[in-house]
Amino acid sequence: MPVALRPGMQIGGFTLVTPLHEGGMATLWKVSHPQQTLPLLMKLARVGYGEAPTQIVGFEVERMILPRLAGPHVPRFVAAGDHEDQPWLVMEHVPGETLRPLLDRAPLPPAVVADLGARIADAIHALHRQDVVHLDIKPSNLLLREGDAEGRIVLIDFGLSRHAALPDLIAEEFRIPIGTAPYMAPEQVLGQRDEPRSDLFALGVTLYHLATGERPFGNPVGAAGLRRRLYRDPMPPRALRPDIPRWLQEVILHGLEVDPDARPATAAQLAHSLRHPEQVALTERADRAHRDGRLTVMRRWWRNLGRDLMPGHAAGEHLRQAPLLMVAVDLKHADAALCAELRATTTRIAAMFPQSRVACVTVMRTARVALDSNLDAQGRNRHVKRLIALRDWVRPLGLAPERISVHVLEHNEPAVALLDYARNNGVDHLIMGARGITGMRRLLGSVSARVVAEAPCTVTVVRATAREGDAGDAGE
Amino acid sequence: MRIAFIADLHANREAGEACLAALSRAGHDRLVLLGDLVGYGADPEWAVEACARLIDDGAIAVLGNHDAAVAAPGGGTDSGTRNPMAEAAIVWSRGRLDDAQRRWLAALPLQVEEEDRLYVHANAWAPGEWGYVANALAASRSLAATAQRVTFCGHVHPPGLYHSMPDGPARAFTPVPGQAIPLLRSRRWLALPGSAGQPRDGNPAACCALYDTDTLAMTWLRVPYDHHAAAEKIRRAGLPDALAARLAEGR
Repeated sequence: MPVALRPGMQIGGFTLVTPLHEGGMATLWKVSHPQQTLPLLMKLARVGYGEAPTQIVGFEVERMILPRLAGPHVPRFVAAGDHEDQPWLVMEHVPGETLRPLLDRAPLPPAVVADLGARIADAIHALHRQDVVHLDIKPSNLLLREGDAEGRIVLIDFGLSRHAALPDLIAEEFRIPIGTAPYMAPEQVLGQRDEPRSDLFALGVTLYHLATGERPFGNPVGAAGLRRRLYRDPMPPRALRPDIPRWLQEVILHGLEVDPDARPATAAQLAHSLRHPEQVALTERADRAHRDGRLTVMRRWWRNLGRDLMPGHAAGEHLRQAPLLMVAVDLKHADAALCAELRATTTRIAAMFPQSRVACVTVMRTARVALDSNLDAQGRNRHVKRLIALRDWVRPLGLAPERISVHVLEHNEPAVALLDYARNNGVDHLIMGARGITGMRRLLGSVSARVVAEAPCTVTVVRATAREGDAGDAGE
Repeated sequence: MRIAFIADLHANREAGEACLAALSRAGHDRLVLLGDLVGYGADPEWAVEACARLIDDGAIAVLGNHDAAVAAPGGGTDSGTRNPMAEAAIVWSRGRLDDAQRRWLAALPLQVEEEDRLYVHANAWAPGEWGYVANALAASRSLAATAQRVTFCGHVHPPGLYHSMPDGPARAFTPVPGQAIPLLRSRRWLALPGSAGQPRDGNPAACCALYDTDTLAMTWLRVPYDHHAAAEKIRRAGLPDALAARLAEGR
């Protein structure tokens, strides 16, 4: 018998306060607890007579996965239990609204779409790092945390998610593809549930909708309608809204590629593109003006007829295969041997991870204040010069343009600038050179030592192998 | 309550001591030995004496097919199908134990039920006939044969986990060591901690597991131990060399 819920009732030490939502799989209540100061939410699975046993699976999945998740991009797990036959789950009640209402205001300005997209990608990346693929990314599952100065997005509803180290209850109980029709990635339509880049496709659908006001694949019903996205390409966003910049169309259509391997490798790489429009390598996607012709579509349809599943990846492992590499280049004190060594190390690491992206960064020291407009113009000029020098520096690496970007940071503390960049862009591996020990370095402290000590990621410090007679450096 | 599980110890003292130390470090309130305390390994006396002491301290042990066969000729009804290597180890082990030790082994129960849990060596449908829970079909059969919500068993040496909706078929999952899995009350489960004394999934580290009855979290552990020493003892005892060699390979 399902338990009749009413305000004031006690479940697992929590007091039911007010009902918030009656959903298909669960009921939500605002609850309180004498020892908890966080606003709390209780999710109760709908069980009992008349409910298919499969109703409970999404709830079970969330109950298994949520306690394993941490960080600002997910609601905090508080407790779970069973009240008689009624399973329940208590989590932080994240204050704020979902992105669902934004769809009614779409199309939104491209800058707004890019900013939101980058923040959503940050949240997805944080989840993938914890070995979980969400598999139901859509505006109503993306929450803007109220009063968060950093504007972080919180992912909610892990009922369809997949954790690489937990049994996949969804795959085992359902023989049909499970997801939200407009957002499902093609491989998800085919039943695959271990592809982290399915979440990037869903993000692509979300960005398309926010930027154009239209859904790229409509809202199909039935298996045949869902499969259409395997061979029918969406209308290019710029064909609907010519004011969308080419780079944004490039990023959106890149996310909507049918083959997961053709999408950006990670959410961090997608976020990086959205945050650095000038660095997006434009391809044929940027200029696409109309959908493919009938013949092309027919050919694709034919090819996809017997299409089967590809083996997927555990999310965390996939991320390790596609790191965001950052190379810190010191243009001012270029030492030829060290420079060659830094390039060689970068080439080796980039070759080890063919799906990686390389961000080449240099820091330009600035005066603390630059009020003088003359000085400002000079600064811009210096900035452009550095950018040109940096492009010249990366050219011998011979990396494809979509794998590399160059960035000139302006800061009076090079170590701080490098650390901020690594943190803000989710860099996985930072490569930099160590200069010899000079009197100057002794005085100021070493940039690389500070970066090594404080970096949020792996750091490789490159040295030119000391030659005979170089000992003077150390003995100075 | 935190329950520690050791299955298929197989008279491997080095593995057993390493598992007991690891489980003590992790902390537990109860220990369950899932059968096959002896057979294969070179330390049957130690296995019997150590397990008897653990039972005195509150541990639970169930009878395994090797235990039954060592305790009495013809004691394991699977003797007809047993391979010559296992048979040699059983005969050798029987000779090493005295009457009291053999009687102690023979007196172990086939299964023990506790709250919503069943502890049994082989399976729930015919515990004394030693059929293996080697796939989801066998797991479904075993789950259907008991009213208990969670079955813990051994006999099959690789670690494993099966789960089902109340009346549904069982599904298989390979647990990842150190990653806790909640055995949700809405489901029925059959958990295989994996063999402590004779791992066979290609990893020589000993298997054991922990289950927390409050959080429902089940955690599989892998404990590296001195398998060279255990293998050397097997060779010195004159047991088949393959029994020693497989410890290093985890096969």
